[in-house]
Amino acid sequence: MLIERSERWQQSENSVTSETIYLNRRRLLAGAAVVGAAALAPSVFAQRDRVLKPLAARPTSFDPGESPTSEAAITQYNNYYEFGTGKGDPAENAWRLKPAPWSVKVDGLVDKPGTYALEDLVDFNALEDRIYRLRCVEAWSMIVPWVGISLASVLKKLEPQSGAKYVAFETLADRKQMPGLRWPVLDWPYTEGLRLDEAMNDLAFLAVGLYGKELPSQNGAPLRLVVPWKYGFKSIKSIVRISLTDTQPATSWNISAPREYGFYSNVNPQVDHPRWSQRRERRIGEFGRRETAMFNGYGDLVGDMYAGMDLGKNY
Amino acid sequence: METTFLTHTMPSISSKDLRRFGKPLVFALMLLPAVWLAWNWWLAYGFQPNGLGFNPQETSNRFTGDWTLRFLLLSLAVTPFSKLIRSPKPLLFRRMIGLFAFFYVTLHITSYVWLDMLFDWVELWADVLKRIYITVGFTAFLMLVPLAVTSTAGWVKRLGAKRWQRLHKLVYAIGILGVIHFIMMRKGFQIEPLIYAGMLAALLVFRVQKHLQKTKRITG
Repeated sequence: MLIERSERWQQSENSVTSETIYLNRRRLLAGAAVVGAAALAPSVFAQRDRVLKPLAARPTSFDPGESPTSEAAITQYNNYYEFGTGKGDPAENAWRLKPAPWSVKVDGLVDKPGTYALEDLVDFNALEDRIYRLRCVEAWSMIVPWVGISLASVLKKLEPQSGAKYVAFETLADRKQMPGLRWPVLDWPYTEGLRLDEAMNDLAFLAVGLYGKELPSQNGAPLRLVVPWKYGFKSIKSIVRISLTDTQPATSWNISAPREYGFYSNVNPQVDHPRWSQRRERRIGEFGRRETAMFNGYGDLVGDMYAGMDLGKNY
Repeated sequence: METTFLTHTMPSISSKDLRRFGKPLVFALMLLPAVWLAWNWWLAYGFQPNGLGFNPQETSNRFTGDWTLRFLLLSLAVTPFSKLIRSPKPLLFRRMIGLFAFFYVTLHITSYVWLDMLFDWVELWADVLKRIYITVGFTAFLMLVPLAVTSTAGWVKRLGAKRWQRLHKLVYAIGILGVIHFIMMRKGFQIEPLIYAGMLAALLVFRVQKHLQKTKRITG
C-alpha cells in the first residue's frame, strides 16, 4: 500500500532529512574514511544512515493548541535507558536498533494470539495525527505531534476475551542493539501495563511516527505506546509483546521503586512524589515553570475511569 | 614506576615556586568549569547556540553537583597522595581544593534556587523537607559552611590545631552525605554514582588503615 505513495515522498525525501540524520551521514563518511575499507562500511555504519520515511496521516481534533516542542528537542532529549541513562545517550546510541523488520508477540487472553508483523498489527492506511502533551515524572514536559493509531482499534483486532482485565507491554531487550542493557538500571526487559478500560480509552495511542515521519529509534521505533494523561514512563517504547491478562501486570519502575512509581502513575499535581514536587513542570524550550494540570489536562476524557478511586493511594 | 617518577620530580620543584606559579595555575584550572557554565548561560541568555542542552536548568544543576563531588573527592585524595609520594608539597593545595568544593556547592545551590526554582521559597522549603535526597544534600552543604569559614590560618590559631583538625574531620561525613545525595538522585540502579561511592570508600579505607596503624603503634 505504501508503494503507491512512494513516488510522492521519494521526491521530497532530501528536503525532509532532519539535521540529525544529515549529521549522521557525515559521521558515516568520516567513519568510512577512518576504516578505509569501503566493503566494511555498509555493515558497520549502514544503520546510522536511517532515513525516516514520511507517513501519510489524517488530521484529528487531538490538539492542545500549544505550539509543538522543536523536533530537535523531541529527538535529542530522551529517557530511554536501554540506550543509556543520559538525556543525549539515546540519540547517540539508538542507531543500533533495527526497527525493521519488526514483529510483536501477542498472547494471553485473546482470541487472535500469534506473532504479528508490525504492518499486520498497525494499519498504515489508517494513521492519525495527534498532538499530545507529554509530562515526564521528572517534572518536564513537551508537546509532541505523534502519528499512529488508537490502541483500542488494535486491541479490538486481537479480540480480547471476556476475562481480560489488563494489557501488558514489553520492550525489546537485545544486548546487541541496546548497550544500556549491560547494566541493570532496571530489571530488563522494560514492562508496562494498563487497565483494559484505560487501554480502550480514546486517548490511548500507539505511535509509529513523529513530526509526519517514522519514529526515530531513540523515540521508541517502530512502535510505542502514548498515554498522555500518565507520566511519560508509562508510554513504553519499541514494543515487542502485548499480553492480555486478568491480573495487574508488573511494571518496571514499580518493581524498581514501588514507593515512587505506582501502577497508575496518572499525572497528578496533588500527589507528592518522593523525588520531585509534581505541582509544576518545565516545558522544554521555556525558562520558567508552568502549573501541572490534573491528568495532564485530559481530565474530561479520562477522569470518569477513576471516579471513586483514592488517587493518593493508587498513585 | 609512576610513584618513583613522582618522588623524583615533585620534590625538585621548590615550595616557593609551587606557591608562586603552581597555585595560580591550579586555581585557574579549577575555575574552568565555572567559567564554561557562566559563558554558556550568557550565550543562552542571548538565545545563542550553547552547550547547556534542551534543559539548561537540569544541566547546570547536574554540572555543578558533579564538580562539587569531584573537588570534594580530590581534596580527600591530597593526603593519601602526599603520603604516597612521600612529600608534603601536595598539602599546599588542599585548602584551595576544599574551598573550590565549597564554591561549586554554592553554585549548585544557586543554580537550583535561582535558575531552577526561581526563588519559589515555599516550594523550596517543601523540597528540603520532603525530598530526602535534597535533605541529605542540604545537610552536607550546611556542614561544609563551618569548614569553609574556618579554613584560614587565623582560625587554625584561634581554635588550636587539635580542635581545628577534629572539626575538619566533618569532611568525611560530608563526602558520605554528598555521595548518598547523588545515588538517591539518580533513578533506578545506576553505575555513575557508584563509581564516586567506590572512590570515596577507597579514600576512607586509607584513613581507617592509617588510624589503625597509629593506634597499634601507640598500644604496641
